[in-house]
Amino acid sequence: MLENAHITSAHPRILDVKNLSTSFDVAGKQLKAVDNVSFHLNQGEVLGIVGESGSGKSITLRSIIGLSRRYGEVTGEVNWQGENLVAMLERDLRKVRGKDIAMIFQEPMSSLNPLLTVGLQIGENLVEHTSLDKPGRRRRSIELLEMVGIPDAENRLNDYPHQFSGGMRQRVMIAIALASNPKLLLADEPTTALDVTIQKQILKLILDLSKDLGMAVILVTHDLGVAAQTCDRLAVMYGGKLVETGATREVLRAPKHRYTMGLLQSVPENIEPRTPLFSLPGTPPSLMNLPLGCAFAPRCAHSVADCAEKKPPLIGEQHQVACFNPTNSGEATKGVA
Amino acid sequence: MSSLSYFISRLLQIIPTFLIVMVIIFLLVRALPGDPAIAMADAKATAEQLEQIRERLGLHEPIWVQFAYFVKNVFTGNLGDSILMKAPVTEVILERLPASGFLALYAVLFSLLIAGPLAFVAALNRNGWIDVGIRSVFQIGLSTPVFYIGLLLLTFLAAQMRWFPVGGYGTTFWEHMYHLLLPALTVALYTSAIIMRNLRSSVIEVMDAEYVQFARAKGLPEHVILGRHILRNALISTVTLLGLSIGNLMSGTLVTETVFAVPGVGRLMLDAIFARDYPLIQGLTLTFAVLVSLIFLLTDMIQAMLDPRLRVS
Repeated sequence: MLENAHITSAHPRILDVKNLSTSFDVAGKQLKAVDNVSFHLNQGEVLGIVGESGSGKSITLRSIIGLSRRYGEVTGEVNWQGENLVAMLERDLRKVRGKDIAMIFQEPMSSLNPLLTVGLQIGENLVEHTSLDKPGRRRRSIELLEMVGIPDAENRLNDYPHQFSGGMRQRVMIAIALASNPKLLLADEPTTALDVTIQKQILKLILDLSKDLGMAVILVTHDLGVAAQTCDRLAVMYGGKLVETGATREVLRAPKHRYTMGLLQSVPENIEPRTPLFSLPGTPPSLMNLPLGCAFAPRCAHSVADCAEKKPPLIGEQHQVACFNPTNSGEATKGVA
Repeated sequence: MSSLSYFISRLLQIIPTFLIVMVIIFLLVRALPGDPAIAMADAKATAEQLEQIRERLGLHEPIWVQFAYFVKNVFTGNLGDSILMKAPVTEVILERLPASGFLALYAVLFSLLIAGPLAFVAALNRNGWIDVGIRSVFQIGLSTPVFYIGLLLLTFLAAQMRWFPVGGYGTTFWEHMYHLLLPALTVALYTSAIIMRNLRSSVIEVMDAEYVQFARAKGLPEHVILGRHILRNALISTVTLLGLSIGNLMSGTLVTETVFAVPGVGRLMLDAIFARDYPLIQGLTLTFAVLVSLIFLLTDMIQAMLDPRLRVS
């Protein structure tokens, strides 16, 4: 996929995130979960945000539609259809949430209200964002359940979440999210809690829907394999910052950041049985106690003098990296999938 | 259909409960020291006369036959005569039950009206000064004995200010409401403290649940999120607690009914104990057991109505 294809008028830029930061007050100390993150998204594009647990990817997603506001302070810009969502009042933001920008969560088990029927949980979305009457909402609900591949949709409207299997629940959640034809779907680890075979089905479903409905997707995942199969572009996060962005193929074939390279090396592929896997030395930094310079420096085998003192800026055109000593293009590593 | 079979099976479960309760009460009364025949006869009775009384009471029959008689009597509403009140036990209890029932329901209503809104206000202002204030006040309510609060209310609002009667029950509905206001408030102060704490923490827990985040991500207005998604889920554990505390209330009213001179079963129990009126004690114990079982049954039903996951039998 050519990088330039995204910037043509057929794929206008729909989301522009600039210097997004989110910090929480934890025991009197400022915890910066998302630190100055900037990225953009074109219409119909699938962007993957990858990183380990605690790298800030989930909070980035939640900050886009203001779900993090209640818990901490969000600054920067999230430009969506000519408006900055960060500055928007809660009342107005509510009309964007669930309508133009929908979100699905990691745990289909705990993300659906156990006490309400599936029909009601789809319906309440339609009440809020459409002018459909009751029979119309019912028809639309059935249509949505059929669209995400739930058999016998009409009879399942009156069922409760616990009467569905894990994969089916995730489909229900997607149906709810798609209720009012969103232009952007935020997917927070949508397949992590599922079996591998179900994972594939759900990812395929999300991709097909994205293609059919022309819906852009931001997929947060810690699974590089999933990201490789699904995303047009990747953004790698570490310690609350973006460390590398670029077309999926570029990033996987020629990673520039040492962290991305380490992640790729720890993916098992074409190896002999019982060979120890590569694992990055050390652990991710605590957000309460980030180093002065590059957050990855303490675990990096290639750090230079600047790394400990200054934070490397994210630089580059299409393939960006935040590193003082990036890998050269000669140091290629094996790709994934 | 599955919910109907759940209700039926839950209803059937009450039968063994009642049987066990009857066995315990039957054995307890027989374990009490003293010979009922001697208690009933006068001091000059001969051994022969005592034997006659024993025969009349069926005391020479094997114990399981006696138990069968007991069960039959319970189901026909024949619980014997009260020594103290000189009237059939069933009649005495039925006469006193309405006042206690009224007081209990009144107290529950008060508890919910006090605890419900305050729990929400506290939870929504978690750790703010409003939350801390509400919790501190209830902490005082929780750590002060019920009878003491009752006495304070009685002394100031009834005896000194003369806004309320110092006792009694009245005859009409509105008189009941007026007479039982202070006793109900006394009981409610304690119960609402327990309910408030429980509801506050379950609201806080539910507020951070993923399905509430998801509801918010759907763009639902805050009142829908609060009413439909938070309140219902938070209520589930509180309903259980409410059921348990109504069970407790039956004995809690014992003190309150005494302080406020309410002619209810709580005070009757106290009088029966002091007078060693065994038939009455037995009848009251049985009544309390039946009432508590019914309340627990009702609690389970309400929970099953709230939570579809429980409707599996």
